[in-house]
Amino acid sequence: MSTIQIILLLIIAAITGIGSVLDEGQTHRPLIACTLVGLVLGDLKTGIILGGTLEMMALGWMNVGLAMAPDTAIASVLSTILVITAHQGVGEGIAVAIALAAAGQALTIFVRTLTVFLIHRADKYAQEGNFKGIEIMHITAMAFQALRVMIPTLIVALISVSAVQSFLGHIPIVITKGLQVGGGIIVVVGYAMVINMMNIPYLKPFFYIGFLIAAFTGFNLVGFGALGLCLAILYQQVMQKNNHQTAAAHVAAGQGAIYDDDDDLDA
Amino acid sequence: MESEKRLSKKDIFSMFIRSNFLLGSFNFERVQAMGYCFVMIPAIKKLYGPGAERNEALKRHLEWFNTHPWLTAPIFGVTAAMEEQMANNKGMDEKAINGMKIGLMGPLAGVGDPMFWGTLRPVLAALGASLALTGNIAGPLLFFFLINAIRLSTKYFGLKYGYIKGMEILKDLAGNRIQKLTEGASILGLFVMGALVSKWTHINIPIVVSRIKDDAGKVNIQTIQNVLDSIMPGMLPLALTILVAWMLRKGVNPLLLILGIFVIGIVGYWSGILS
Repeated sequence: MSTIQIILLLIIAAITGIGSVLDEGQTHRPLIACTLVGLVLGDLKTGIILGGTLEMMALGWMNVGLAMAPDTAIASVLSTILVITAHQGVGEGIAVAIALAAAGQALTIFVRTLTVFLIHRADKYAQEGNFKGIEIMHITAMAFQALRVMIPTLIVALISVSAVQSFLGHIPIVITKGLQVGGGIIVVVGYAMVINMMNIPYLKPFFYIGFLIAAFTGFNLVGFGALGLCLAILYQQVMQKNNHQTAAAHVAAGQGAIYDDDDDLDA
Repeated sequence: MESEKRLSKKDIFSMFIRSNFLLGSFNFERVQAMGYCFVMIPAIKKLYGPGAERNEALKRHLEWFNTHPWLTAPIFGVTAAMEEQMANNKGMDEKAINGMKIGLMGPLAGVGDPMFWGTLRPVLAALGASLALTGNIAGPLLFFFLINAIRLSTKYFGLKYGYIKGMEILKDLAGNRIQKLTEGASILGLFVMGALVSKWTHINIPIVVSRIKDDAGKVNIQTIQNVLDSIMPGMLPLALTILVAWMLRKGVNPLLLILGIFVIGIVGYWSGILS
């Protein structure tokens, strides 16, 4: 690996490390991060394929509330470097990425605890009306998140390729093939997470309608998106009509009540 | 008489740029608090001169805050409008500002999480990943540009809308609009998820159940998977998805489930039950 490549990898590590906490530009998603690493290392295609594979596995990984998803930034960057420099397959990539995602999650928890100290400093700066101080604290927190991925990346980049190669080469074929089989199944965890998050029991039939149409037709995803949108609009229009009717019924009943009140007052 | 202090287009734009870094200092104590203050700084700088009022404003926005990062935009807009009123002594108080922030935080997270994390990102990512699996660069590019175009317009117009509408937004959101949006996003999300379960999960049980030689002398091999597919394609993935969703609701750690499925994959491949 040339010096320029290492520098570029460190920049990617910084971008994805910050990106994974910001959750804005989505640079930390495997689809983007692996592609970028592939580009730098001169094997774009492997990067894209590994990125696509890992992305399918991470489909439902998201930060909701205070819950934290496994770390896709560290997993994507490091696994792509290892796969490309040591000429390994997607199966080995998955194996490494899963372990790294779990390790990265622990590291993220550590950094998010570390930044608690920075916010107490910021409290003091607020007391003094010090804008710069608060801004510096915020940026420092981001720098920690960048280092979270940069340091492991540098370590991996400096280890000789042959050492990595012999390590990965010792993974038996039944493991790597088995991981690929598992990789085809693992996506259900992501689906299950998304479904749980949208846990509105009376809307569940829409999930099964989607499943049935997919099972028995050849629609692609764009078709499903358009169809789903139509269904959502249709459902709300029907519901609105129903609500109007019940609302009208309520109003009628309410008027009756008012007349009753009048009668009471008269009497 | 002192002229009114107003935020310029430049101030609002500066807040928009900063809002891209909202979560940078995410922490377990006050979550997005420091990021919120970071985004509000251009407005505070403009509206309050040095002194106690300014310091109070800074402290006000260092309070605990957490919502969907993209949908903070309208909250920033409304907060900026309220701060403007407060700076001009127009009967605005700190309680109203804090109340508004907390009041909008929950519903907007409730809309944003199913809409963006639950629907938009998985759908675009699955679309991109399906192209990427063949090594096609269009996959990552499509995902990146589409999702960021939607994200940036949500943030920019959300912020402007929030600022212009100011207080009005409260009434708007108090109605059933929020519920409708959440419901609509959930319908779309669930529908597409149903399709993904069937289309993108690969389970293959290659165990042969019958070998029949037809009249032309060709051997027809029937595997368990063929039999299952002839009943209903994708029934195993569906059953597994429902099972995993149930286990997650029971509090099983997702990483444990992931590891478990890989163990099943390895054992299944080793024993020839799965391929």
